[in-house]
Amino acid sequence: MVTRDQIVQWLEATATVMTENREYLTQLDAAIGDADHGINMTRGFNKVMEKLPSVADKDIGNILKTTGMTLISSVGGASGPLYGTFFMRSGMALASKEELTDDDLFKMLKTGVEGIVQRGRAQLEDKTMFDAWSPALDAMQAAIDNGQDTKGSMKAAVDAAEQGMKDTIPLIARKGRASYLGERSRGHQDPGATSSYLMLKALLDTLEK
Amino acid sequence: MKKLINAIDDVVKEQLEGMAVAHPDMLKIHFDPTFVVRADAPVQGKVALISGGGSGHEPMHGGFVGKGMLDAACPGEVFTSPTPDQMYEAAKAVDGGAGVLFLVKNYTGDVLNFETAAELAFADGIKVQSILIDDDAAVKDSLYTAGRRGVGTTVLAEKIVGAAAEAGYTLEQCADLARKVNKYGRSLGMALTSCTVPAAGKPTFELGEDEFEIGIGIHGEPGRERLHMKTADEITEMMALAIIEDGAYSRTVREWDNEAGDWVEVELVDPPLQSGDQVIAFVNSMGGTPVSELYAVYRKLAEICNDKGITIVRNLIGPYITSLEMAGCSITLLKADDEILKFWDAPVVTPGLRWGA
Repeated sequence: MVTRDQIVQWLEATATVMTENREYLTQLDAAIGDADHGINMTRGFNKVMEKLPSVADKDIGNILKTTGMTLISSVGGASGPLYGTFFMRSGMALASKEELTDDDLFKMLKTGVEGIVQRGRAQLEDKTMFDAWSPALDAMQAAIDNGQDTKGSMKAAVDAAEQGMKDTIPLIARKGRASYLGERSRGHQDPGATSSYLMLKALLDTLEK
Repeated sequence: MKKLINAIDDVVKEQLEGMAVAHPDMLKIHFDPTFVVRADAPVQGKVALISGGGSGHEPMHGGFVGKGMLDAACPGEVFTSPTPDQMYEAAKAVDGGAGVLFLVKNYTGDVLNFETAAELAFADGIKVQSILIDDDAAVKDSLYTAGRRGVGTTVLAEKIVGAAAEAGYTLEQCADLARKVNKYGRSLGMALTSCTVPAAGKPTFELGEDEFEIGIGIHGEPGRERLHMKTADEITEMMALAIIEDGAYSRTVREWDNEAGDWVEVELVDPPLQSGDQVIAFVNSMGGTPVSELYAVYRKLAEICNDKGITIVRNLIGPYITSLEMAGCSITLLKADDEILKFWDAPVVTPGLRWGA
């Protein structure tokens, strides 16, 4: 079971982890993009922090939708609409929920990722955030099917996301600004896959508290 | 970095404040969210044309707001796409009941933010259409990249479609015309120097004293190749031939379907230029190259077009879609039929383009 307080704590933890990794994400982006991913994510989640107190007593769907709208209007670049859509969609899927079952938690991530794919049209191995999300969902589904509890299935998702993130290094980018580099995009870890892993890791850390 | 700046965070805001003071007869500025609108917006019964993108390309887009061109422009931070709330609020401010057309340059950030805005506007009962400009012939294929970038043709499309909207074209007719202008337009850019984004404080890329890069994008995206410096004639010839000899270009894009209330995939093919075509020739400065050098480029371009059987029937020469202080230029050739020429010649009153009125 995941409570509303834990969801709020997850968003707070994500804001913290983005701030801590501001330079790291920006450096990854400088290599194959336009060197603003860490700056944009930090700005976006700081805005979410400003908005959270006004919705922290609302239902989980409402909190997630507010997070999505805030990210959409403050992050910019490609990651604003992508992460914004993730939270908007997951919020819609969990409308009026005051707490989440394990199935709900999976649904939150799955519908969110479906939103990312619909918006960004990414496929596996395009060297995008989807390369972290896709194996994470698969691993989480398998863990749930094997009867693992919330933390166990989240742990499986985070491990798979980390591997997926690292596996973007040898890929040639086929989406976004990095795609214009062609072969030169090889050898660099995708910044979007990295921030996605950090976000999932923050969720696991929150649940393990 | 040596620039006329007060504070880095205020660069975009102060530029817009200056525009508002300079051109109150043509436009107004709205902040929070940020957008530029025509002074007389909304114009009842007229299709509203909205564009936008990162700042740093002035006069595009804000300088093209006014009668006969854009109804609104949404500037992001320097070289950073605007956010959907800007386009959404701008759409509400300029919709005169005939719908809103987004002209979107093909950059992943711009596309995703404009798509989100289109969905928000549609949900609010505004008829919306979104047309992509992707004319940069430096990008060869769309299969393994995000596709051709939107460059010089954007300026011509804003002028031509803006005039058509003024003349009473419907949203569908405006969208068809925008699609046609994009289909017939091709561009190629080159850089002699890099440029410095104020927030970054250092040049976006390094280019040696004896080097130039051909095929560069308007944010310093990598071009086709980096070469030893050549003469104006040699460089112009490389650029002109890359455009004239460019083959058919096909790709799949997403357009909004007002009936279905969803995105539909559309297959588009741009035919190559042919001997016998009439064109509008646009020689643009990236910001740092003086007009005198643009005329040297135009002189050679006209000669090459003549040799290839292509007739230049109109031209535009000057800094219109820039990359801050980057030295370099771009060439755009737009195949022009009677409809395109009629709206090219129609009156326009904006800070950046003004004729016939």
